[in-house]
Amino acid sequence: MRRFTVIAVALAAVAAAGCSSSGSGSSGSSASASPAGGTITVFAAASLMGTFTQLGKQFETAHPGDTVKFSFGPSSGLSEQITSGAPADVFASAAPANMDTVVSAGDASNPQNFAQNTMEVATPPNNPAKVTSVNDLAKKSVKVALCQPQVPCGVVAAEVFKNVGITVKPVTLQPDVKSVLAQVELGSVDAGMVYVTDVMAAGSKVNGVKISASDNASTEYPIATINSSKHKSEAQAFMNYVLSPAGQQVLTAAGFEKP
Amino acid sequence: MTVAAPSHLTARERARRAARGGASRSVPAPLLAPALIAVGFLVLPLVGLLIRAPWGRIGAALSGADATQALILSLWTASASTLISLAIGVPLAWVLARSSFPGQRLLRALVTLPLVLPPVVGGVALLLAFGRTGFIGRYLDDWFGLTIPFTPVAVVMAETFVAMPFLIIAVEGALRSADQGFEEAAATLGAKRMTVFRRVTVPLVAPSLGAGAVLCWARALGEFGATITFAGSFPGQTETMPIAVYYALETDPDAAIALSLVLLLVSIVVLISLRDHWLRGGSLS
Repeated sequence: MRRFTVIAVALAAVAAAGCSSSGSGSSGSSASASPAGGTITVFAAASLMGTFTQLGKQFETAHPGDTVKFSFGPSSGLSEQITSGAPADVFASAAPANMDTVVSAGDASNPQNFAQNTMEVATPPNNPAKVTSVNDLAKKSVKVALCQPQVPCGVVAAEVFKNVGITVKPVTLQPDVKSVLAQVELGSVDAGMVYVTDVMAAGSKVNGVKISASDNASTEYPIATINSSKHKSEAQAFMNYVLSPAGQQVLTAAGFEKP
Repeated sequence: MTVAAPSHLTARERARRAARGGASRSVPAPLLAPALIAVGFLVLPLVGLLIRAPWGRIGAALSGADATQALILSLWTASASTLISLAIGVPLAWVLARSSFPGQRLLRALVTLPLVLPPVVGGVALLLAFGRTGFIGRYLDDWFGLTIPFTPVAVVMAETFVAMPFLIIAVEGALRSADQGFEEAAATLGAKRMTVFRRVTVPLVAPSLGAGAVLCWARALGEFGATITFAGSFPGQTETMPIAVYYALETDPDAAIALSLVLLLVSIVVLISLRDHWLRGGSLS
C-alpha cells in the first residue's frame, strides 16, 4: 500500500516534470492553438535593446492580444542559438553576416534591412585619459574595451581602425556592445568603441567622442522572421511594424540612420 | 571513457555491499525509477558531448593559438590561486577550528559565503572593491598606478575568491575531527606551537588538505562568472578555458566541443585523484 503510494507520487512527479519541460521547451511559441493572438520571441542585437523594447510596447498596444518577448545579445551568439534550434520567431541582427548565417542554415529567408548605425568613442564622463579623437585609442596608456571580433560591433570597430590607420590593443574583448558601454560607465576603461546610438542612449553616463564621417564605418541591420516559427503572422506583423513609418520614427529618434 | 566509469563504480559498489553482508542487495522499485532518471540526466549530456566531438580534427581545433593560450592561462592561474588558498586559507581554517573568540561564527559564515554566492555577483563585488573606481582599487590606481581588472592577477583573484572556501571548509572539518592527543603529546614533549602545527597538525590532516586543494583547484579551473565580470576577456591575458569555450561556441562549435573535452578529461583526473585521497583518509582514521 505504502509502496504503491510512493510509486504513484514518483510517477506523478515524472509526469509533471515531463509536462513542464515540454511547456518550457516551446515557451517562445506556446499558445499556438489560440488564433486571437500569441507570444512571439524576438532575438535582437544588444544595440537594439532600448529601441526594440519601446517598439515591442508600441506593437503590443497596436495589436491587442499579442505579446512580444525579447532576447538581447551579441548577433553572433543569437545567430548560433537560432541555428541550434532556439525558439525564436524574429531575428534582428546588427550585421548582414550574422543574418546570412541564419539564412544559409535554412532558418530564415528574405531578410530586410531596417536601420544603419555608425561608431562613436565612449569615455567616462570625466574622460580620465583625455581622449579627443579615435586616434588616441592607439596610445598605450589608454585602456580600451572592444567587442569580441566575431560580434558586429567588433567587426565595425576594426574597420574604423583600418580607415584611420591605427592599431589598437584593447585590455578586454566584451561579449556585446552593451557590456563595452558598461565597462565605460563603471570607469574600468578609458574608452570603448560603441555605436552612436549607445552613446545617445547612455545620456550623461558617458561622454561621446565623434568619429569623422571619412573615418567612420557603418553596419546595416537586417530583420527576418524565422521559418520554424509557430506564429508566422504575428512575427511578420512585428517585422512590418519595425519597417513601418512608426517603427522607423522610434529608430531615427534613437540615432539610427535609415538603411 | 566516461561511459565506462559509472559501470566500473557500480561494480565496485556492488562488491563492497556483498562484502558487507549484502543486507540490501536489491533496490526497491520506487527508488530505482527516479534513480535511473537521475543517472540519465547527469550522464546523457556528457554522452552528447562525446557523440558530437569532432574526433577527426580535435588536434587541429586544440592547436589553435587561442586554445593553447587559454589552456596555459587556466592551468597556471588555477594553480596560483590554489597556492594562495593554501598559504592563507589553511591558517584561517586553523583559526576557525582551534581558537574561539566573539564573532567567530559570523566570521565563518562570511568567509564561506562565496561557496553559495553566484560567482557573477562575486565578480561584481570584486569590481566594486578592486576595480579602477572601486573603494580600494581607486587608491591602487592613484597611488601606484596599478589597475587590477583585465590582468591575469584579476583572474587569480576571481578564482581565489570563489575557490578558497572549498579548501577552508575541507581543512577546518578535518582539524575539528582530528585527534588532538598527538598535538598535546608533542607540546608536552616541548615542541613549540608552530612546530606542532608543521610537524603534527599538518601531517594529521594531510589527506583532507590534499582533497581540499584538489577541489579548490578544480573549482578555480572552472571559474567563469566572477572571472569574466572582474577580469574581462582577452586572449592570453584573461581568457581562461571556460571563457574560451563560451566564445568558441559562437565562432567554431567544433573547437568549443574539443576544449570542453579537455576540461572533461581534467575533471575525470581530478575525480580519480580525489577518490585516492579520500580512500587514504579513510584508512588513516
